[in-house]
Amino acid sequence: MDSEAARKQSEHLEREIETLGKASPGGETDRRIEELRGQLRQLQAELSGHASAWSRVQLARHPQRPQTLDYVKHLFQDFTEIHGDRTFGDDPALVAGMAWFHGRPVIVVGHQKGHDTTQKVQRNFGMPKPEGYRKALRVMQLAAKFRRPIFTFVDTPGAYPGIDSEERGQAEAIARNLREMARIAVPIVVTITGEGGSGGALAIAVGDRILMLENAVYSVISPEGCASITWRDSTKAEQAAEALKITALDLKPLGIVDEIVPEPPGGAHTDPQKAAQLLDPVLEQALRDLCQVPVNELLQNRYQKFRLMGQFFREAAAS
Amino acid sequence: MAWFRREKQRIQPSDSTHIRTEGLWTKCDGCRQIIWKKDLDANWNICPKCGYHFRLDARARLRLLLDEDHYTEHDAGVETTDPLQFVDLKPYQERLRSAQQATGLKDAVVTAEGKLAGQRVLVCAMEYSFIGGSMGCVVGEKITRAIERAAAGRLPLVIVSASGGARMMEGTVSLMQMAKISAALAQLDQAGVPFASILTDPTTGGVTASFAMLGDLNIAEPGALIGFAGPRVIEQTIRQKLPAGFQRAEFLLQHGMLDAVVPRLELKPFLARSLKFFTS
Ligand SMILES: [Zn+2]
Repeated sequence: MDSEAARKQSEHLEREIETLGKASPGGETDRRIEELRGQLRQLQAELSGHASAWSRVQLARHPQRPQTLDYVKHLFQDFTEIHGDRTFGDDPALVAGMAWFHGRPVIVVGHQKGHDTTQKVQRNFGMPKPEGYRKALRVMQLAAKFRRPIFTFVDTPGAYPGIDSEERGQAEAIARNLREMARIAVPIVVTITGEGGSGGALAIAVGDRILMLENAVYSVISPEGCASITWRDSTKAEQAAEALKITALDLKPLGIVDEIVPEPPGGAHTDPQKAAQLLDPVLEQALRDLCQVPVNELLQNRYQKFRLMGQFFREAAAS
Repeated sequence: MAWFRREKQRIQPSDSTHIRTEGLWTKCDGCRQIIWKKDLDANWNICPKCGYHFRLDARARLRLLLDEDHYTEHDAGVETTDPLQFVDLKPYQERLRSAQQATGLKDAVVTAEGKLAGQRVLVCAMEYSFIGGSMGCVVGEKITRAIERAAAGRLPLVIVSASGGARMMEGTVSLMQMAKISAALAQLDQAGVPFASILTDPTTGGVTASFAMLGDLNIAEPGALIGFAGPRVIEQTIRQKLPAGFQRAEFLLQHGMLDAVVPRLELKPFLARSLKFFTS
């Protein structure tokens, strides 16, 4: 749906609400009006480019939203998945492989949540365990060895919080990725495609160019988690989503995201192939730019990029 | 009230080490005996009867580790400008002000240069009583500066963690501090300057999942709660009780995540030996 179609749709909804309003009042009619008003608000918010943070959270979590393997299918050729961390196991919540992108050999790493119930269970809802992060690092170091640029796709509720994760060092695995990704000597292009869930997202999101899809979110804690801690009420998630400033539009001015990638109207799930097509030129441009930078400079720039994140302080003379 | 307190502690193990002071007396969470508060103070907050380690504040930590109580503090005046203008039940700025008044600090870490058994070192000590020792842009900046100073001056670095993780009220900005500090640690690593990470009760979330686990040596105090996810989050996720001792220092040692568990009073000599080994 383009913006013209969206405008027509919203006019249509307004008319329908008006018509229903004139009809005899009753529970069913009132419910229907409320439902239509909801759709209308959403549509109008999107038209004005100010969709609420909470509505974007819903879009970011949509089960049909394209995931790493969907982008692989639409944007990369000859993908060969490679498995395992060479230490403990293979984590299906995080996929990695070799592929070709516009004629260039590259490495792809990304979260995979799964679209239906069977897939979601098999992929642990896209929540990696330490072996997932260790696989990611192993494959990225392979990329560095053979000078293959890296694309990562970020979409996870978070790293898995379980007994086995803790036993095998979830924190250590994430920490190591953060340190090592800072010095992997090939270009890294990061795309936040869906849910950027805290440390579990960041663990594959250190790179030279940070892209973020229009309706993706990137947060230190889930809105529900924040609401239950601060308001002691998880139903305040909508409020928390606003307060946490987690949308692409919020994060670009904070210097956390370089570029916002548009999605098909209504969200990436409405047309995954179109979503991939919109992302394609942005990835290609990022790669072209980064491949021209000498490695030393690339690493220096990467350091500076993260070094400058969070310059939100003042310095009084020490008391 | 006693049964209620115990119940509460069972759910919130990370809160169980608060010193409960009835005037001059305190009840030990380790042995449940009544102890003189001044005995506890004189013993670096270790129970003189059972050796239980209470939390130690950042300034006391620096006194414990640095010679003759003498150090030069760095960046003491750095304070956050509240990047999100965050408000929940009350404004973040109000929480900051009360934490600042209660601790006398601008934020949750003190960074300093001093001598440890005669050797010049940089020490960062986190303050748990400042909004749960959480890491926002000030903690991120001060620790990064300390790491850069350590690399430039080839001075060994010691970071003492005590933190619930990234600071929610600074949102994704605080998440990025994990990457910022870890990138600086990559440079320190490259420079071959030693970094000892001391994990104290509690060290969880984004602090564990960044610098606290990246030491050349990862050393914990006995009984310290250390993990990525908090125990309550895990319990809610897996819907079962956690095994006894789960996420305690001794558990991590057993699972290969720590180099050593070192009692507080042995920490300084342990560090002195280790840093000398790496630098001589
Ligand atoms: Zn005791």
